[in-house]
Amino acid sequence: MFYRESGDFKKTYQKDSQTFPIKFDRWRYYFVMLVAFVVVPMFLTDYIANAVMIPFLVWAIAALGLNILVGYTGQLSLGTGGFMAVGAYATYKLMTAFPGMDMVSVILLSGLITAVVGALFGLPSLRIKGFYLAVATLAAQFFLVWLLNKVPWFYNYSASGQISAPQREMFGVIITGPHATPVAGYLFCLGFAVGLAWIARNLTRGRLGRSWMAIRDMDIAAEIIGVNPLTAKLSAFAVSSFFVGISGSLFFSVYLGAAEVTEAFGISVSFSVLFMIIIGGLGSIFGSFIGAAFMVLMPVLLKNVLVGAMGWPTDLAAHFEYIIVGGLILIFLIIEPHGLAQMARVLKEKLRLWPFPH
Amino acid sequence: MSEPLQKMEAASKLLELKHIDLSFGGVKAISNISFDVLEGEVRAIIGPNGAGKSSLLNVINGFYHPQQGEIWFDGKQRHSMKPYQIAYQGISRTFQNIALFKGMSVLDNIMTGRFTHMHKNMLWQALWKGPAEQEEIENREFVEHIIDFLEIQAIRKTPVGRLPYGLQKRVELGRALAAQPKMLLLDEPMAGMNVEEKEDMCRFILDVNDTFGTTIVLIEHDMGVVMDIADRVVVLDYGRKIGDGTPDVVRNDQTVIDAYLGVSH
Ligand SMILES: Nc1ncnc2c1ncn2[C@@H]1O[C@H](COP(=O)(O)OP(=O)(O)OP(=O)(O)O)[C@@H](O)[C@H]1O
Ligand SMILES: [Mg+2]
Repeated sequence: MFYRESGDFKKTYQKDSQTFPIKFDRWRYYFVMLVAFVVVPMFLTDYIANAVMIPFLVWAIAALGLNILVGYTGQLSLGTGGFMAVGAYATYKLMTAFPGMDMVSVILLSGLITAVVGALFGLPSLRIKGFYLAVATLAAQFFLVWLLNKVPWFYNYSASGQISAPQREMFGVIITGPHATPVAGYLFCLGFAVGLAWIARNLTRGRLGRSWMAIRDMDIAAEIIGVNPLTAKLSAFAVSSFFVGISGSLFFSVYLGAAEVTEAFGISVSFSVLFMIIIGGLGSIFGSFIGAAFMVLMPVLLKNVLVGAMGWPTDLAAHFEYIIVGGLILIFLIIEPHGLAQMARVLKEKLRLWPFPH
Repeated sequence: MSEPLQKMEAASKLLELKHIDLSFGGVKAISNISFDVLEGEVRAIIGPNGAGKSSLLNVINGFYHPQQGEIWFDGKQRHSMKPYQIAYQGISRTFQNIALFKGMSVLDNIMTGRFTHMHKNMLWQALWKGPAEQEEIENREFVEHIIDFLEIQAIRKTPVGRLPYGLQKRVELGRALAAQPKMLLLDEPMAGMNVEEKEDMCRFILDVNDTFGTTIVLIEHDMGVVMDIADRVVVLDYGRKIGDGTPDVVRNDQTVIDAYLGVSH
């Protein structure tokens, strides 16, 4: 009886378009924020921060970005790994070239650089669609990784071909480099994840988001109401790449600390982010987060259960993970193409009417 | 009959097509068609299947580029333009096969129709609070008027894919109206509807024409409807114009009767 919308009437259009129209959802949101920013840091161990929370936030940002492109605009991309690499290398170059620059600026700038690169590689989308576009973005993936690997300037001519993040502080706390505090890294990533989710929500509920969805659902009808397909598609590529670039930037600077492009940003990264949004829910901001949580948590859980509790060899457990992910993708594509987010929505709709379904 | 005639004499030409030729490869879809649309009138285009009616609308809103001929809109000759630029000139339309945004709600579909009236840039939209929200609310108010006008309040938040055919057609009309067009192109707005739905649709079209003074060009197969609501009618057959005038004139024209009865085929 607590989950109710009756008696909760919207008297203004402003109230009607708020993110959480039901009071209970709004309070739950404030509660989650409080837990994420205050309670979690109090109890966070270094292991959980490094193995679960930081990767979850970083992947959630990447998933948000890809969801803008695939879920909201309907442009399939397999270039996520390459764009994350651009964000990471931009961060490395900025950190080493301007040691005095603060980390927030470094990361935002890396996002902007990736946005420009993304819009450039989005140009083919004006001519080609669907499968062919996917192939073109796949080419972008391989080209970017090859380029960052081939031109030594990008990794400052280091002998190992690796890039590694120098130490940086924020408010006197170390957030990057070998001596970083995991909890600080977590809070830093959390700030970006929440801010970017808020921006994604705003963009997708307004004029720009509607133009993206219009292009996705029926491009000729979008055009006759004034949507320029060029602007809509390229802005989607740019905004999406901005998010993905920031994700790559955080992945490198806060999570990995050091990276080699072919290892860290290969094609498997592109696929795994795509799986996140399929499992979580295409065209859903919440879905991007649950998809990321799922893909980060599942291997950790499986490892603990299969290797830890049941004594399986590690490589067998790893293969088992592939089987589970593959099976789940099939199940979702067949049964619920809108992912876990849609399942939650259906459940919520049932709950609204419970216990009287009519 | 004197009333519509007076209306026409006073009005100026909103659209004029001169000697339009359009072919696809070897297929000639439109040959040498000229006609005009006066400000504020309801202009019908009729003709048998494949006569070139939809192609003509596609020429008017810029999807097809005629090989020959001139298009004049609002006093200016149009040079090659993209469909989205034509939307900014004040032309909107509905499609023969419904072309709604299937993944969006009724409200979002109609809000998308306000696209040309919204101008706040991406940064304001990313912030939401402030000018972008203000603009959103103003346009939402306008859209709510359309929703009231079309009597679809109850389905506002429904995804359009779940609606029955007749309602989808109505929502598509709403999306076109949201643009506040000078000229509205309707491609068979009543096809596949039952009698009651047709009556509603007729009423909406006439109301739009009356209250907003919107010029309407519509394609329709139901002759009864055409005779009732059109001020003037163009008749096409095999891509040629075979008749043009008031419904009464066209109805009694021998060439038109032959084309419809299939004599000349
Ligand atoms: N994009 C296209 N490519 C090739 N041929 C086309 C194209 N569009 C229309 N045509 C041809 O042009 C001719 C006129 O078609 P159009 O759709 O304009 O007819 P219509 O009068 O709207 O018919 P209906 O009543 O069936 O809707 C037809 O022969 C059609 O095959
Ligand atoms: Mg047609």
